[in-house]
Amino acid sequence: MDGLNIPLNHILLVSSLLFSIGMLGLMIRRNIIFILMSLEVMLNAAALAFVAAGAHWGQPDGQVVFMLILTVAAAEVAVGLGLVLQVQKRFKTLDMDRANRMQG
Amino acid sequence: MLEIVLFYIAATVALVATVMAMTRANAIHALIYLIVSLLAVAVIFFLIGAPFAAALEIVIYAGAIMVLFVFVIMMLNLGEKGDKQERQWLQPSIWAGPAILSIVLLIELVMVISQTSGPVSVTAVSAKEVGLSLFGPYVLAVEIASMLLLAGLVGSFHLGRRYLDRDNLEKKGGQ
Repeated sequence: MDGLNIPLNHILLVSSLLFSIGMLGLMIRRNIIFILMSLEVMLNAAALAFVAAGAHWGQPDGQVVFMLILTVAAAEVAVGLGLVLQVQKRFKTLDMDRANRMQG
Repeated sequence: MLEIVLFYIAATVALVATVMAMTRANAIHALIYLIVSLLAVAVIFFLIGAPFAAALEIVIYAGAIMVLFVFVIMMLNLGEKGDKQERQWLQPSIWAGPAILSIVLLIELVMVISQTSGPVSVTAVSAKEVGLSLFGPYVLAVEIASMLLLAGLVGSFHLGRRYLDRDNLEKKGGQ
């Protein structure tokens, strides 16, 4: 693990590419499962940027924030998939454009 | 030198797998590509001196979260009809506009990033340091994370229970 010198901006470039792909997926897909997957990709890209910055300065803070992002992702996905089941139950489709009305 | 080559290979795998995941019609195929992408990101974490983050990425992201997705996709049982509909939705006329907007954002990000420089640190940040930091200065954040997880647990239990209840009620009504 010693003597590596990967340029920081290359890692950040990978991170921003992943984030852009995730955002593109979020915009082009209408299936709620793919929307949740795109959110995962975007959170993962943000986590990669944090860990890279933490490694750049040799501090553990980046990995601490990575763990908090992991928590957010886990909670978001649990609630989101519960909502997927409800949407499929009520609307008989996963098309988000069909489920645009709020009702109790 | 070897680390740099490995980094570029892992980065390429991550990007290609993510693009494939975002463009598949079948949800399970997309999920497998997403797992490959997460594993590649875990390799990057390991290479930049964050072995603990790499382990967590595999165990929680590629393990637990993706298993949740698999369960839900299996429960929904989309089948061939879902695939056909997805292919219908993935026309160039639909994705061209968002693609242009994403590329504009990407160019802006790259322009900002290109001003930073310098290699990442030569020393790995060990799990012990992370743990000391987590329960030292960041202990309040850990408490907030635990509350968030509790809220997620209660929320998903509530949503899932009503799903099961409605199922049972409909069965009873049908008899």
